[in-house]
Amino acid sequence: METRFFSGNVAAAEGAILAGCRFFGGYPITPSTEIAERMAFRLPQVGGVFIQMEDELASMAAILGASWGGVKAMTATSGPGLSLMQENIGLGAMTETPCVVVDVQRGGPSTGMPTLVAQADVMQARWGSHGDYEIIALAPSSVQECFDLTIRAFNLSEKYRTPVIVLMDESVGHMSEKVVIPSAEEIALIERKKPTVPPEAYRAYEPDEDLVPPMACAGEGYNVHVTGLTHDEKGYPVATDPEVQARLVRRLCDKILVHEPELRDIEEFEMDDADVAVISYGISARPSKAAVKEARKRGHKVGFIQLRTIWPFPEAYFQEIAERVKTFIVVEINYGQLKLEVDRVVGRERVHLLPKLGGDIHRPEDVYRKIREVYHGA
Amino acid sequence: MELEATRHTMDKYLRAERIPHIWCPGCGLGTVLNCFLHALEENDTDLQNLAIVSGIGCTGRIAGYVNVDSYHTTHGRAIPFATGLKLAKPDMDVVVFSGDGDLFAIGGNHFIHAARRNMDLNIICVNNYNYGMTGGQLGPTTPLEARTTTSPYGNMEHPFNLCHVAHAAGAVYVARWTALHVRRLKESIKEMLNKKGFCFIEVIAPCPTTYGRRNSMPTGLDTMKYYKEHSVVKHGIDPSEADIEIGGDIVVGKFIDTEKPTYGDAWRELVKRAKK
Repeated sequence: METRFFSGNVAAAEGAILAGCRFFGGYPITPSTEIAERMAFRLPQVGGVFIQMEDELASMAAILGASWGGVKAMTATSGPGLSLMQENIGLGAMTETPCVVVDVQRGGPSTGMPTLVAQADVMQARWGSHGDYEIIALAPSSVQECFDLTIRAFNLSEKYRTPVIVLMDESVGHMSEKVVIPSAEEIALIERKKPTVPPEAYRAYEPDEDLVPPMACAGEGYNVHVTGLTHDEKGYPVATDPEVQARLVRRLCDKILVHEPELRDIEEFEMDDADVAVISYGISARPSKAAVKEARKRGHKVGFIQLRTIWPFPEAYFQEIAERVKTFIVVEINYGQLKLEVDRVVGRERVHLLPKLGGDIHRPEDVYRKIREVYHGA
Repeated sequence: MELEATRHTMDKYLRAERIPHIWCPGCGLGTVLNCFLHALEENDTDLQNLAIVSGIGCTGRIAGYVNVDSYHTTHGRAIPFATGLKLAKPDMDVVVFSGDGDLFAIGGNHFIHAARRNMDLNIICVNNYNYGMTGGQLGPTTPLEARTTTSPYGNMEHPFNLCHVAHAAGAVYVARWTALHVRRLKESIKEMLNKKGFCFIEVIAPCPTTYGRRNSMPTGLDTMKYYKEHSVVKHGIDPSEADIEIGGDIVVGKFIDTEKPTYGDAWRELVKRAKK
């Protein structure tokens, strides 16, 4: 174990290296570039490969290719780059390719505010690619969480064979804090499942009970065909049969949705007797929690919920919480994205939004003021 | 019981259960695939060490028919996918098989950058002058004046000379053949598979269904006759002198065969320095 002083971007890169990432394909974009720079410096030292691709479309395609080559792979970008990656994120979801995409969010739409914070890619992360699919997205609120959640992202991508998005934001990416780095032996790593049958018996897309098929990579003797077309359990295209489509798409979604309880990563604070719950994630979780502490001091029955896993949304958790908590306040740096999910689960009339439109973070006093307003109305 | 005589001689290289293929009668893709498989056989290529990556389109379907690790990716992105695969598995031979639209329109940027880096990839581009799978639209190689569904009054865009693009971007091996030149194409593929670096073969191939019938060549045979009449073999010429025009010569041959360090070799040198 050692203690370091890192920016969130550097911590994400270091987390990736410790998670076993040995391929990075990326394209520079503010405010994520330090991740690529760190990987360019670090990967050669550990025998990995860094390549600066010609654009984000190529970056995303390259990490999929590397993953099929049997290597843990990552890219990092910001909102405009994530938009360009979306088609191949869909290919990753469809072909069940483990990989990690870090999105250090900045103000948008379009070029927006390249150097300033936002959390407005929540829905882009969810459904940015076309078609029905589920994704896993994690949102760190500190430099330590940038490190920890990047490792977790690799583990989840390997376990569930899916792209995992680390939804950082400019503030957590660029601020520097203490990070406790465990020794390599203390970090539990998950590797993708391999086939246990000989090649002639292997069906590349036949799932186990956990809905995840074992993965044979290039050069392992299985002669696998991998396609973005709708495919059967053998992996062969069947692009005209709605039954095959239904079976595949249902499984791609369900393999993530049924595992929501174990993907769930929630920190609760003062929730036992709370009438009002403040919900937040990423950098916004910190002023939110500070405000809740202050409100508690003054006797308000307010609690705080931090979501570290944003997708899949912890629907069952909120259904249960909604039995006890009267009113919710969602604090996020956008015009109400995660709020839509809270609305859907607990009922819109019980949910308040404290937005920021990008470029700045909430102050604890902003959140405190909102709590008081809501509390007295609650 | 299956009779030996009913089996294709190349069956051992194919996913036979996936045949019949989707290609139209008269299409050049079967011929190109056949040349490729014969090249594998004559080279005694280790199939466990070979991967095929394709993009989208008629040519893109080749990945699904060859019984090796094969990846049918997104439109235009075969080369960057193959780049990641090759860097992760440096000992594998990676062949990118795709069409002119996939590799040079939507994927053009990736082509030139992979060539610039001298990424160790073997690229076979089947050029049929149009987007066949979507019904015959104008593409980056459609000759001037040619009729397509999106150039109904004749194409007024200058086409790419693919071999010139490949050479200018840095490819170490550049050759062009037509689907008529089966023996020479096979020899070229064999040569390419034995060479390191970014290698490019353009194969001009008939597409009677969506291109030929709009351009006075309604059958594959018409197009093959056209190739026979118009092809001129010129090895070693500057590819800039090999533009393609309707009614003009189709200059074919091996244009470029040179050496320079590959990206992978350079990377391995860099890693040695970084580890010191």
